[in-house]
Amino acid sequence: MARMKFLCDADRCIECNACVTACKNENDVPWGINRRRVVTINDGKLGERSVSMACMHCTDAPCAAVCPVNCFYTTADAVVLHSKDLCIGCGYCFYACPFGAPQYPKVGNFGSRGKMDKCTYCAGGPEVDLSVVEFEKYGSNRLAEGKLPLCAEMCSTKALLAGDSDMIAAIYKERVLKRGYGSGAWGWRTAYRETITT
Amino acid sequence: MKVTGFWAFLCMIALVLGLGLASPLRAQPAGSQPNPTADSVNEDSLFKQESKIDGRVTIPDQRSANLIQPQGREWRDFHERWLPWIAGTAILGMLILLCLFYMIRGRVRSDFSDSGGKILRFNFLERFTHWMVATCFVILALSGLNYFFGKRLLMPLMGPAAFGEFSQWAKYSHNFFAWPFTLGVLMMVVLWLRDNIPTQVDWAWLKGGGGIIGHRHVSAGRFNAGQKIVFWGVTLGGLAMFLSGLSLIFPFTLFGVNGMQLVNVTHGLIGGLFIAGILAHIYIGTLGMEGAFEAMGTGTVDIAWARQHHDLWVEGETNPAMVDDRKLPPGSTRPRVTRRSPS
Repeated sequence: MARMKFLCDADRCIECNACVTACKNENDVPWGINRRRVVTINDGKLGERSVSMACMHCTDAPCAAVCPVNCFYTTADAVVLHSKDLCIGCGYCFYACPFGAPQYPKVGNFGSRGKMDKCTYCAGGPEVDLSVVEFEKYGSNRLAEGKLPLCAEMCSTKALLAGDSDMIAAIYKERVLKRGYGSGAWGWRTAYRETITT
Repeated sequence: MKVTGFWAFLCMIALVLGLGLASPLRAQPAGSQPNPTADSVNEDSLFKQESKIDGRVTIPDQRSANLIQPQGREWRDFHERWLPWIAGTAILGMLILLCLFYMIRGRVRSDFSDSGGKILRFNFLERFTHWMVATCFVILALSGLNYFFGKRLLMPLMGPAAFGEFSQWAKYSHNFFAWPFTLGVLMMVVLWLRDNIPTQVDWAWLKGGGGIIGHRHVSAGRFNAGQKIVFWGVTLGGLAMFLSGLSLIFPFTLFGVNGMQLVNVTHGLIGGLFIAGILAHIYIGTLGMEGAFEAMGTGTVDIAWARQHHDLWVEGETNPAMVDDRKLPPGSTRPRVTRRSPS
């Protein structure tokens, strides 16, 4: 089985936010929730870079460790998913997540945040694959259709890569060798305790 | 001819302008690839300067401008490794201590042979407040412990679906019972503060082991030093739980994500110790001491019991010289005491 990961090549990201829009549209994400966002670092300064960030589907995921009802599970493809039926909206996963991935429909509404929502790697949830109820709760299940997450698939500069860890790492390494520079695999050390050395 | 010349002129201007603009910024040695990463930000160098990486986002949720906060891992470490051990040790340790104490010391007995009837110790409002706080506390304690012990102890027994539903209701009760709890603690402060100011008598009581350790009775006012410790523990602990709980119930209004982590650590630690402390209070108020429960149960105590455990209070209650002539509040037989804290 594959070890699915995201990799954002910050030297290619042009902050067009198409990944954000694609994600919202594909998964029918409600208002106020962003499963993916583009963060610009050193905005307006020399050496500015933008990174598209969502759930990194961590190895030994912190969200899963702190969840008081153990609603998280990891699929055979190493995608971290959760059950909205079990989630109690306590907000602990947001405190634990290094990437700010968990989102709540009602943050701050007297502690009743509603069921947590986050990037599913376009892999749905615990419901039956490609069922209506799965789409309503978790959004699209492109993995079950043999497709990769839409954010990466429609990235105009192919900055955002999704796929098996070894494959996307190889693509990134080749790029770095060819063009002679690379600002690294953002978040990988925190998420997987390893990074890509070129 | 004229047109071609014009275009050539334009091209020359463009070239000159382009070179003129580009050369000071990107002066590259001849033959090498330009390296835009040379002055671009990268993760490793950012982490050397800051403990987390922040940027700018174009969506309204400004919390998402934080790209990476590795502190989440430290909070997870506390919440999953340290907190269950600290709270578990405090609570189980207290239970073991109380069992040992009961086996060695046994129940603190009182001598009822010179019983002279009953005396009102806590009026209805005082008892109501106490039991309101007590009920809320038990619910808050159990639903609070469920946040980190539930999945370890209850979930294997109940199954994930039932446990999820139970935890949802536990969370709601935790959020809602916090309010009557806080109200009750504030009422307790109003009702009992004047009788809980530490005095010289308390020092003597503590040195005498409070009559709990050893068998002689030590002088005490309306509240002895042990009870005063409980009062101040509940007041300060309750206040700390309320303030930290308030910022957890309205997350991110005062603090960012790292602040929320700290608030959660505070709430969990104080909560665990609070529960352990209250276990001792429950023990001494029920099993640990003969005649103690009546005070908060029916509100009246045997006057012989009162003389043995709160001699200075009985003295003030029964000696008319110490009672001023203000009217008694309706329904209360307990006269107001002018001398609050004899020393």
